Amino acid sequence: MAKKMHDTPMLDQLESGPWPSFVTGLKRLAKDNDMMVDLMGQLETSYRNTKGYWKGGTVGVFGYGGGVIPRFTELKDENEKPVFPAAAEFHTLRIQPPAGMHYNTDILRKFCDTWEKHGSGLIAFHGQSGDIMFQGVTTANVQPAFDELNEMGFDMGGAGPALRTSMSCVGAARCEMSNYDEAKALRTVINSNIDDMHRPALPYKFKFKFSGCANDCVNAIQRSDMAVIGTWRDNIRVNEALAKDYMAHHGMEKLVNDVISRCPTKALSLKNTSDVSKADGFCSVAVTDTQSLEIDNHNCVRCMHCLNVMPGALLPGMDKGATILVGGKSVLKIGATMGTVVIPFMKLESEEDFEALSELSRNILDFFAENALEHERTGEMIDRIGLVNFLEGVGLDIDANMILEPRSNPYARMDGWDEEVAKAEERKKKAAG
Amino acid sequence: MAEMRPPIESGAPDPMQYMHPVMVKNYGKWAFHDHPKPGVLRHRAENGDEIWTVKAGTQRQMDVYTIRLLCDIADKFADGHVRFTARSNIEYMVSDPAKVEPLIKALNDNGFPIGGTANSVSMISHTQGFLHCDIPGTDASGVVKALMDELYDEFINCEMPNRVKMSTSCCEINCGGQADIAIIMQHTKPPKINHDLVANVCERPSVVARCPVAAIRPALVNGKPSLEVDEKKCICCGACYPPCPPMQINDPEHSKLAIWVGGKNSNARSRPTFHKLVVSGLPNNAPRWPEVAVVVKNILSVYKADAQPWERMADWIDRIGWPRFFEKTGLPFTKYHIDDWRGSRATLNASAHIRF
Repeated sequence: MAKKMHDTPMLDQLESGPWPSFVTGLKRLAKDNDMMVDLMGQLETSYRNTKGYWKGGTVGVFGYGGGVIPRFTELKDENEKPVFPAAAEFHTLRIQPPAGMHYNTDILRKFCDTWEKHGSGLIAFHGQSGDIMFQGVTTANVQPAFDELNEMGFDMGGAGPALRTSMSCVGAARCEMSNYDEAKALRTVINSNIDDMHRPALPYKFKFKFSGCANDCVNAIQRSDMAVIGTWRDNIRVNEALAKDYMAHHGMEKLVNDVISRCPTKALSLKNTSDVSKADGFCSVAVTDTQSLEIDNHNCVRCMHCLNVMPGALLPGMDKGATILVGGKSVLKIGATMGTVVIPFMKLESEEDFEALSELSRNILDFFAENALEHERTGEMIDRIGLVNFLEGVGLDIDANMILEPRSNPYARMDGWDEEVAKAEERKKKAAG
Repeated sequence: MAEMRPPIESGAPDPMQYMHPVMVKNYGKWAFHDHPKPGVLRHRAENGDEIWTVKAGTQRQMDVYTIRLLCDIADKFADGHVRFTARSNIEYMVSDPAKVEPLIKALNDNGFPIGGTANSVSMISHTQGFLHCDIPGTDASGVVKALMDELYDEFINCEMPNRVKMSTSCCEINCGGQADIAIIMQHTKPPKINHDLVANVCERPSVVARCPVAAIRPALVNGKPSLEVDEKKCICCGACYPPCPPMQINDPEHSKLAIWVGGKNSNARSRPTFHKLVVSGLPNNAPRWPEVAVVVKNILSVYKADAQPWERMADWIDRIGWPRFFEKTGLPFTKYHIDDWRGSRATLNASAHIRF
């Protein structure tokens, strides 16, 4: 039998309204869980005083150095005793989800049973880095709870200065826009670098994220140190039946205003079918008996807009792979940074391709570990040392796709110009085969 | 002492064992999708197989009873498989279209809204707030619950020009993410230093190094080693607080909420963008944060009325220009909207391009 509930007039207000209420969930748990009774007491106090009352600490499981987020209450009485003792310890286990966040009910029910037995019964699907957050457990119960989850095939996620838990979009599992096997890429990269997740020893956090196309449903470009974003190199594939279907439902005005005129590089045009270009890089699809949508693929930036508006009528090409961008991060401490292109196109099909991706991830992690300052993210390190030094450090060739425009400031030493021109010619020769 | 059990370092689990069989069968072989109604997607594979997805909003922080209820529904209508999205919506996949409506009814009957697809306002991605964070200026689950109550109709309908992604964050570190509309707790006063504790708790050089504007320096206070802050330089970012908790940044009175707009991570049409500040100084008014809701709903209603089809918030503002954005929303433009951080010149209008 749980202890008596605290009065929670402010939280109670969050039970009204149409959206599902976490407060109702907390109350259900509190019926036979003292920890949740006191958790609600502390939360109500936070609401009343507009103050948080948790502090961190060090709690972990045997064999690992991270993955548990320790929380101890700071809400103490005059004798330094916790005001809400049953929730004095309220740690979180970060557990890595399956790529794409797929579950069956059997495993979800097992999670519930374990967390009801050892923890608070409160689970968040998912944290912003993708972890399943098993929220609310005492120090003593951390190990047995983790052991059960670990036996079910689930492993601890990342916390602190470490490789962090990763996310991939639904991708190949259910999306025609997918350009590579996102789940395989995630598991290849994360599982071959797993030691850096479990034993925090990096300058600061490092995140990988995997999106199957430039719609970037898991926000890889802004929220990961290395983003793998699917793309293709050849012509957009077309399906005439679905293109005509689109026209039947939407009409010419929408084709012109919503599709053609919103193309950021003006790579789309409406042509009489008899006039469509047969030149290299051009493709087209008939939308009426006489007119076609023509696509200048060499000038297409794979932004995804027209594919989004006409799903199935336009599809990614056959020569698929990914663009790799490095250095995305949130605000601390130089402001938010976007990932920067370091590999415009990487094929991701064969085992060797995935091996190369894994090797690249290792190189970049190693370079980060050796060269970043304490509490410096990869994007900040690149800001400090310059992209060229980073590329040379990890052994990547430069490419004009890495910039929006060349330098406009003259403050640079350029006495190695002739050697660099020779290298550029060499790269050109190599690319030409 | 009993022998400790070494962990099985299995890493990220294989999703195939949990995935709906139709998705396993057609992995990488999808050809088409459409959007029969809000909250429902239909995907067709190259071989003609179809899978229907029903998307429901959740409270993210779920008790085991809620999860078991969602499982019961999955067992009855969706072959026992679900997945979650990056914004904590739950997705049920069914291969039999006849099950779609009964599934929707079962979810609705149990209080789960169906929506969040296409040009709707999706669930707000958020941080931990008072529930679990060690440096929150506000709550997150509560702010999101309060706002989603207000935006409920925009979740279950698809009436926006394009999709709207929102986020909330309980401090400026902004774990919540980039969004079309982001609600972020903002500190407005420098940290209050408990000088008695600094020497014992903080590694002073690393705190000094953490400050992005070099406003912190070592000092002797009352004969003890401590730190001091040049309050004129301080930008109140809170970066010093995590490595040095005696530098308390949260302030129940002076921490305010700010609204940022126009962020998007998608590359569709324009390049990805970060959200930009439009409103600051909103009161941290638990448990319903009504002042925040007023501003958010105003921005959404102007966007809804003025943007063209497929324009995300950023695309719309790019077309009409920021002066018009402030004019149309009635929001005040202040000196604080003009960036003065490094790289700010790139945000200034170095042209005679002006709309009248």
